Amino acid sequence: MIEEKNLNADKSNRTTLPRWVVGLVFTALIGFLVLIGLGLRRTQEGPIVIGQKVPAFELKTFEGEVYRTAEMQGKVILINFWASWCKPCEQEAFELEEAWQYYKPGGEVVFLGVDYVDTEPEAKAFIQQFGLTYPNGPDLRTRISQMFRIKGVPETYIIDREGKLAFVKTGPFLSVNEIRQAIDPLLP
Amino acid sequence: MLANIGFGVLVVSFITSVYGIVASVIGIRKNSLAWVESARKAMQITFPLISIVALAIILLLVTGQYQVQYVYNVTSSTMPLYLKITALWGGQAGSLVFWSWLMSAFTTAVTLRKWDRDREFLPWVILVGLITLTFFLALIIFFENPFVRFWVSASGNQIIAMFPPEGAAPLIPADGRGLNPLLRHPGMVIHPPMLYLGFVSFVIPYAFGVAALITGRTDDRWIRITRRWTLVAWLFLSLGLVLGSRWAYDVLGWGGYWAWDPVENAAFMPWLTGTAFLHSVMIQEKRGLFKRWNMILIILTYVLVIFGTFLTRSGVLSSVHSFAQSAIGPMFFGFIALSMILSVWLLIWRWQILHSEGTMHSLLSREALFLLNNLLFMGILAVVFWGTVYPLISELFTGQKVTVGPAFYERSAGPLFAGLLLLMGIAPLSAWGHSTVKTLGKALWKPALAALAVVVAVFAGGVRNPWALMGFLFVALVVFITLFEYYRGVRARRHRTGENWLSALINLMGRNRRRYGGYIIHLGVVLMALGIIGIEMFQTETQGTIPPGGSLKLGPYEVTFNRLDIFDAADGRNVARATVLVSKDGRTLAELHPRRDLYIDTMQPMTIPGVRSTIEDDLYVLLVDWQPISSTGVTFKIYHNPLINWLWIGGFVFILGTLVAAWPDRDPQPVPVTARRGQVVPSSSSGD
Amino acid sequence: MSKDTLMLKMRKSLWGWAGLVIFLVGVLALSVYPVNAQQPTPSDDDVNRVAKQMYCPVCENIPLDVCPTQACAQWRELIRLKLSEGLTDEEIRQYFAEQYGDRVLDVPPARGLNWLVYVLPPLFLLGGIWIVVRVLRSMRSPLAAMNVSTRGDETLPNPNEDPYLARIEEELRRREKEGK
Repeated sequence: MIEEKNLNADKSNRTTLPRWVVGLVFTALIGFLVLIGLGLRRTQEGPIVIGQKVPAFELKTFEGEVYRTAEMQGKVILINFWASWCKPCEQEAFELEEAWQYYKPGGEVVFLGVDYVDTEPEAKAFIQQFGLTYPNGPDLRTRISQMFRIKGVPETYIIDREGKLAFVKTGPFLSVNEIRQAIDPLLP
Repeated sequence: MLANIGFGVLVVSFITSVYGIVASVIGIRKNSLAWVESARKAMQITFPLISIVALAIILLLVTGQYQVQYVYNVTSSTMPLYLKITALWGGQAGSLVFWSWLMSAFTTAVTLRKWDRDREFLPWVILVGLITLTFFLALIIFFENPFVRFWVSASGNQIIAMFPPEGAAPLIPADGRGLNPLLRHPGMVIHPPMLYLGFVSFVIPYAFGVAALITGRTDDRWIRITRRWTLVAWLFLSLGLVLGSRWAYDVLGWGGYWAWDPVENAAFMPWLTGTAFLHSVMIQEKRGLFKRWNMILIILTYVLVIFGTFLTRSGVLSSVHSFAQSAIGPMFFGFIALSMILSVWLLIWRWQILHSEGTMHSLLSREALFLLNNLLFMGILAVVFWGTVYPLISELFTGQKVTVGPAFYERSAGPLFAGLLLLMGIAPLSAWGHSTVKTLGKALWKPALAALAVVVAVFAGGVRNPWALMGFLFVALVVFITLFEYYRGVRARRHRTGENWLSALINLMGRNRRRYGGYIIHLGVVLMALGIIGIEMFQTETQGTIPPGGSLKLGPYEVTFNRLDIFDAADGRNVARATVLVSKDGRTLAELHPRRDLYIDTMQPMTIPGVRSTIEDDLYVLLVDWQPISSTGVTFKIYHNPLINWLWIGGFVFILGTLVAAWPDRDPQPVPVTARRGQVVPSSSSGD
Repeated sequence: MSKDTLMLKMRKSLWGWAGLVIFLVGVLALSVYPVNAQQPTPSDDDVNRVAKQMYCPVCENIPLDVCPTQACAQWRELIRLKLSEGLTDEEIRQYFAEQYGDRVLDVPPARGLNWLVYVLPPLFLLGGIWIVVRVLRSMRSPLAAMNVSTRGDETLPNPNEDPYLARIEEELRRREKEGK
């Protein structure tokens, strides 16, 4: 066996790996691990954390008006994710509208309804059915929902006057009071 | 009480395996047999210990101790007994225990063998096995404890904890939430255990590979010891995959069997590398070539097993299979990083001594064709791997989620699969070490002609799809070549011994189990390919809304809607069950009951198809929608899936072949290795 | 592929062999083309034809045509509407991608970073071929210099006899000896 080894030994076959190959292998390995690590961190992070600055975005409503959060500095912004196919969203629709009617005259609070993965006719029917008057628009390319990393609908985020996230609610609001309790402390 | 016992034993088994690691390290450092023996004993005792833990969970599940969070999450009082037992692997914590239990069973079994000839491997194999086991036990104890319970603290808060704080009283829910409806299927009872078995048993060849690397014993001993283990691992993994597709076909109601879902891919990737490994180890055994490659393959397989488990459980990729979000991700990630870097480092360290002992003589020799086979498997792996992780990359760099669906995999990997089919036909005809165009052509022309005749017949029968025709050609080629190989073997044996055909066949297979078992596996694969060609290229579908008495036509079939019953089942389902009649040329063939189950508490709908199966095709009827009040109509979707049952038949043949190949020999004494090493003469063509 | 052309391919030694694989890669690259066809009347089957190639974010990994949720039912109705407005399959796919993001498409659209999806696997395969070719070359060359006599037919045990039979017989003989 040893003889055979010597006989067949192929010089090129016995050399150690060239350094660049070793480097390449480890670079690829580390790169892959970093990638998976980043992905893992992203899933672990969950939604935007309270106290974090919320990146600016814009919402184009079903009527075609554009609302930019960058232009709303100094106001409290309530962002409500909903969809017409979502039953729990129906529960809170009236409450949201009622709260909007309460804050609208003061002009210090903005409500934005973001329609998540929905079809336009059904969404419009939903808005009409519940008489929503605050701006509502589709989440084009699901950009806004991905930014907030929402888990589902309904979900509501409230941004304070400094543009930081102040409040998160997963699931529907049960009463107008609940909404007011979340917003009132943020007002001056 | 029972929960406390279970947790206590769990901690003891964790300590035992940590001790085993320490003992084997000391044994290695001091070169002391006594310490290694002690480590071995520690390893063997983990099995009964974890058995007790698993048993404790099963008892908690069966007796409905809803105070335990795990029991509350996965069972409810209406579930039948067998589902309560199998709920052991219905949730994250329980399935980790189940996994550890299987793992300890396998590693214990491997330490029970005689080690006289392989003393130097023993401590390292124990070390690798125990490190993996310890990792999983740590996950269970620190992150996913199945024994945590509900308590009400003195101040009235609800607490979930293993041990109650001062003054807390137990909180016992009246009923559990019940198992995820998707998992309430008999197929689900065996699919996960098979997959887990496949996963954990790949740890053993990996442990031996690492042991061979560290000890520097680079002959093919580690491969010979683990050959059967590898086959067993592969058998279970294959079984798991086949059962999983069958479950998808029966329960998920989308007319298909394989969705290229991230978690399916996660189980498929180690299968790919495992299959490549099974083939390429034969090159090392016969010819002493590709030692490095075999090491790379087994490391890759192990890493993919762990990676696959990680994908399923960490929530990094979204999938129908995902467990609920869990905290085990980071620790899992650390383990993967560690095992990857260590394995690669070991490999680079030993690269030099892992040189080939033979040389390649012919590009048509069996080893060269096996190499090509490996190349194709790696190509498929690249496609599957890339398709699986790309959504993650896209989301990280562009912030946009993307879907990589079946179309990508089918178009990219399809030609590679076709190449594998072709190779499957040619490779058995070539010889080890040496083959020429002449010898190969001589063996090939008869079966090739027969296969061509089949394709001509299929063409005459009206099939014009060129890809399908090519598929049929390769399938027929493999079938003829395999049968031809059997015929030649039996004839040769008859010629020599004068046995009758049957005993010649049995003895031939008995003496060359791996070779002839392998041929049966090939037959199984091509039969499966037949089913896949059938459903992928000839599936037709239609959908329509019909009133009672109305009918839908698809090809020669007619589906007539009879009635729709809507009722509540005892286990919390609202069932809409349609009765339809299937007829062909005016003759009624079958009555089917496609239905839609709605699990009321989770609002989760499930579409269960009504299927009429024959050897040539399936008629697969789905209940899509209905108008609840008026009876204007019910919407059905109908699939015609030609040849699909060959997929299941092939799967069965495939498993049978693996059993033949893996069945223990009566005489386990291995054939002396050195006699055949590096020989140029094409003499050793047997599979032991 | 007939037997003759197959053998011809094989004969071309190493590079012909690699050529076969390159051909496969080519097929792979070519076969990633967008599919569509369009018909005017939007029946359920028309809707499903489009929906089959899409996914909705509400049900993960289940194609739109069979997803049982209400959201997906609404999407299918939207497809029907768009079909009746005369949009082609591809235009509808684009409309959905603009509304809901690229993840509704069954394969990532080939632009920007997404090119990687289509480019990397063939590149990987080519890399694999390159390594295999290199390994084969390094293994073959010393042999050719060292031991020319092992090539060609003269090493077969007995040219008159079927070499396969000879092998089997030898094997059986050896086995029988070992068995006793």
